[in-house]
Amino acid sequence: MRKIGLLVAGVAALGMALGQANVIKIATQSPLSGPQAALGEQIKLGAELAVEEAKARFKALGFDLVLVPYDDQANPDVGVANANRIINDPDILGVVGHLNSGVAIPSSEVYARVNLVMVSPANTNPRVTDRKLPNVNRICGRDDVQGPVGAQYAFNNLKVKNVFIIHDKTAYGQGLAEEFRKRLEALGGKAVAFVGTEETSNFVPIINQIRAARPVPELIYFGGIYSQIGPFVKQLRERGVKTRLMGGDGLDSSEFVRLAGKENAAGTFYTTVAGPVSAFPKAKAVAERFKKKYGKDMEGFGIYAYDSANVILAGLEAAIKAAGGKKPTREQVAQAVRQVKMEGLTGTIEFDDKGDNKKAKYFVMQVASTGNWADNKLIRVIEMAAPGAK
Amino acid sequence: MLEQILALLPQVIFDGLILGFVYAMVALGYTMVYGVLELINFAHSEIFMIGAVVGVEVFRYLAPQVESGFLLLLLALILGGAVAGITAILVERFAYRPLRKRGTTNRLVPLITAIGVSFILQDLVRLIEGLWHNEFFLRMRTVEDLEGSVELFGGAIFAQTKSFILMGVSILMLLGLTYLVNRTKLGVAIRAVAQDLHTASLMGIDPDRIISRTFLIGGSLGGVAGVLFALQYTTITPYVGFLPGIKAFTAAVLGGIGNIPGAMLGGLVLGQLENFFGTYLPILTNGNFGTEYKDVVAFLILILILLLRPQGLLGQVVKEKV
Amino acid sequence: MNALSFLLSLAYLGLAFLAPSPVSHLFGLAALGVTAFLRLSPTWRTLNLALLTLAFTVGLMRSGNTLGLIGLVGILVALTTLPRIPTGIRVLLALAILLLSVPMAGFANTFIFELGIQIGIYAAMALGLNVVVGMAGLLDLGYAAFFAVGAYTWAIFGSEQAKNFMQGNFPLPGEYMYLFMGIAIVTTALTGLVIGLPALRLRGDYLAIVTLGLGEVVRILANNLDHPINFTNGPQGITPVQRPPIDWFRQLMATLGVHLDRTTDYQLFFYFLVLLMIGLVVLVNVNLANSRFGRAWVAIREDEVAARSMGIPLLPTKLLAFMTGAAFSGVMGVIFAAQRTFVSPESFTLLASITILGMVILGGMGSIPGAILGAAALTILNLDVLKTFSEFVRTSLPQIPNQVDPAKYERLVFGLILVLMMIFRPEGLIPEKRHKAEMAAFPEGKQGGEA
Repeated sequence: MRKIGLLVAGVAALGMALGQANVIKIATQSPLSGPQAALGEQIKLGAELAVEEAKARFKALGFDLVLVPYDDQANPDVGVANANRIINDPDILGVVGHLNSGVAIPSSEVYARVNLVMVSPANTNPRVTDRKLPNVNRICGRDDVQGPVGAQYAFNNLKVKNVFIIHDKTAYGQGLAEEFRKRLEALGGKAVAFVGTEETSNFVPIINQIRAARPVPELIYFGGIYSQIGPFVKQLRERGVKTRLMGGDGLDSSEFVRLAGKENAAGTFYTTVAGPVSAFPKAKAVAERFKKKYGKDMEGFGIYAYDSANVILAGLEAAIKAAGGKKPTREQVAQAVRQVKMEGLTGTIEFDDKGDNKKAKYFVMQVASTGNWADNKLIRVIEMAAPGAK
Repeated sequence: MLEQILALLPQVIFDGLILGFVYAMVALGYTMVYGVLELINFAHSEIFMIGAVVGVEVFRYLAPQVESGFLLLLLALILGGAVAGITAILVERFAYRPLRKRGTTNRLVPLITAIGVSFILQDLVRLIEGLWHNEFFLRMRTVEDLEGSVELFGGAIFAQTKSFILMGVSILMLLGLTYLVNRTKLGVAIRAVAQDLHTASLMGIDPDRIISRTFLIGGSLGGVAGVLFALQYTTITPYVGFLPGIKAFTAAVLGGIGNIPGAMLGGLVLGQLENFFGTYLPILTNGNFGTEYKDVVAFLILILILLLRPQGLLGQVVKEKV
Repeated sequence: MNALSFLLSLAYLGLAFLAPSPVSHLFGLAALGVTAFLRLSPTWRTLNLALLTLAFTVGLMRSGNTLGLIGLVGILVALTTLPRIPTGIRVLLALAILLLSVPMAGFANTFIFELGIQIGIYAAMALGLNVVVGMAGLLDLGYAAFFAVGAYTWAIFGSEQAKNFMQGNFPLPGEYMYLFMGIAIVTTALTGLVIGLPALRLRGDYLAIVTLGLGEVVRILANNLDHPINFTNGPQGITPVQRPPIDWFRQLMATLGVHLDRTTDYQLFFYFLVLLMIGLVVLVNVNLANSRFGRAWVAIREDEVAARSMGIPLLPTKLLAFMTGAAFSGVMGVIFAAQRTFVSPESFTLLASITILGMVILGGMGSIPGAILGAAALTILNLDVLKTFSEFVRTSLPQIPNQVDPAKYERLVFGLILVLMMIFRPEGLIPEKRHKAEMAAFPEGKQGGEA
């Protein structure tokens, strides 16, 4: 037994010797290129801002804080390959990410091997935390609440019974659409159709299906990402179909308006787990700093990434204190992060035993006709615990 | 169910026609190059994409200056066709010609080169657009003149102005090409080279020049198709060429590769098939198999045709040269 | 000259020990270049290679920088290609690198295990594709489909997924993975048969496009067969997939004095498993190449009509090549699923097929060491070099815009490799003899069009 202990200590010492004693790195993983870069970049910049602002604080503790952004290209293979690189940089003590649940799930298995803590600002698929990995946390909501929130709003408030449901054939889109359908049917509504498509340019066959669908759908629900929904809406409206449209948080990007066109996008409903700046009074000052620094508006995922990074930093500070001012191990950081209770921009953040935020917020929004994403109307905010949490 | 299908049928056929014309124009590029060089020019799908990108850029920069939407489109078609055609020539000059000059007998070599060129062009365009506008998705600017729509046959068909433009331009290009190949000196030369490159060169035809022209013609057609595609479907990316490219090649094979009327017919047939199955599969299978299987159906049909009629719909049986 | 190169190697050994860093590894690579390309006497050269092996190992253990791994791969290439090195020493050094150096480096940096495993998986697949493309000359652009079939074969039964459509006690325990490696050979060979029967009747170019289409079909099926019956769980992917229990392996290693922890045990295990598989695959490959079938494949590749006139049955012979290649890929798919514990359709795109093809072409069509080198080179490039370069650009040169990030231009790099190789060295880096003759340049003016 002692021999093994010595060996472990030896390996750990070697690891420490490789890393620099006073540098702490926070990694981000999100798509920085390709179709979903607009959302992924918000995550990176939000985390970067939080890290920049904490640098002085950590300097006082004797550590240099560095942010290392990784591009997972929204692809699980790339995400896992990056994760394998990340766990081998002993200075990286926390990860903010990912955007796509399909990437987060396999990548977090890799982080789990070394107890590297991950705090997600955007992964809504229930399985992300349902695996009960001690290192995986998220501050945003879950699709098994987000989908139902959308369905309830559609059924109760929009008085919609027949819905044409489309999804993008990804882990995220299909999962969300299925949750939407379940709740809609439980309420007494009807899914006129449930169609998946990977198509990115020619949506005509689906639009024709919508036109032919009986009973006539009163709402179209699209579980997917803005890059696909944007051109879809444009073609839909061009062909004179005026049926209302609803989507999930994948639609929550100003790029949606650019791709769909201002007049076509206007009036679209969407649910999101990452509310806009206008929903959080405290976020206003941060959003101004963000705009000044990066020349872009801070959108929902930027705010959540900012909070995610701050959760990790808070955990880090606690772990440093507990370790007597020395650099903590990844395991200590992971434990400390699970214990964090803090007031972020988005409200109280506190994790349950699975790593879900004890009370996550869900937002129902409507796209404004001005074409300015920040003008979008906040219809309602729902605060809810994750299903099945104690 | 039948009622549902019939109610929609005119619309589906009309939309299939639009897609079919795009495939037909792209398929011509494949078939002409194959006719001359027996090479599947994988890079042709990127030539198509470049045409679409040029179209988007022309609309982006010239829309404020040019009043008439039709004039703007004409400019976009000319520029798109020209840039695409020139790119095709450059690809031939710098990637395929060196192989030909070396006289490699292995047929995999040019094919693999073509795949490589295709990848290079995709990422080059992505790089350029990234640096230029920081955009991955390029959106065709909406121009008022081209946005009209009418309902035909008592609402059975919903048709947009731009759909008619697409069909009109395609038909003109296809007729023009038929004339060019059958009635001009260049056409005779192209056909001669296609029949036997070596003998043609003995007859005083410079094969390099003819091959270059073939790439120019095929490339311009692809570029024009790209502009029209962008106009019709509005959003494109640097990787947008891949699937239409593969399908257009399928169309070329369907019609009989190397055969120009065959490529047109193949394109139109494939457009119909894809649109038909894309729309009706969920209805026909009661939602069990959805729209996403439309490409599966297209490929299965390709295989069936190749097995039952390897020379394609209009192709002739060619004895392999030994 | 001899003494100079020896001094260089010795200097690098010192550097690797005292100041391990990327720069010293670059120095080591230079020393390796000198050893490989200068005219040295065989004794000195052998001595140098041994010395460099030691030096790279030491460097890797002390810094874990992956440049050292490139050095080790370079030595392996040198060992297989350089003339007049005693066979015993070649084998000894190669074994030392594979069985000692890489694992030791892996303990310093577990990413090296990951790289080693990925290289191994791709190398075995490249060897499989090598049978199809290199030996039989059949261009298969949908090879990743077989990888997918293999991966799903185990993923479905090694997880709770199978419960969706059949009764039984799922997930099957991890030991069954070994059985499923066998089953995957059958399922992928059958898939190869189903795809090959129609496709292989077609001429070369048609074959390429049809395999490309069928490769897409397999991916679309994997992505859509979650309804009406849930076979593949669609885009959600399947997780967790069982791994075989490795207590015996831990004990074995403990008796050898190697301590394993959670981050290294499975990685080391899969590394050895993959090595073993490559060994088997190479054995099969060599035997096939020299067998009746191997010669028939080459005959078909060189001239189909002539081969048929010599009495070679075309379709069965081609099918055999196709199925053999498929089976290799299927076995590696099982290992991939178990090592990753996660399978989703996104891993089996056209880009994956083309990447494997690029490996075969880079190394040299038909060449066994070539395929392995190609796999190593492209995997390292893709997983490590481009990413390291990107990290460097992102952290040290932030003024360079995000759009020029090297890691996202892997297609550009592959494309350049394919085109440049085809134009300047179509026979590949380590050419097979017969291919070299075939690809050799004809003099200008004598066109090959009439062939």
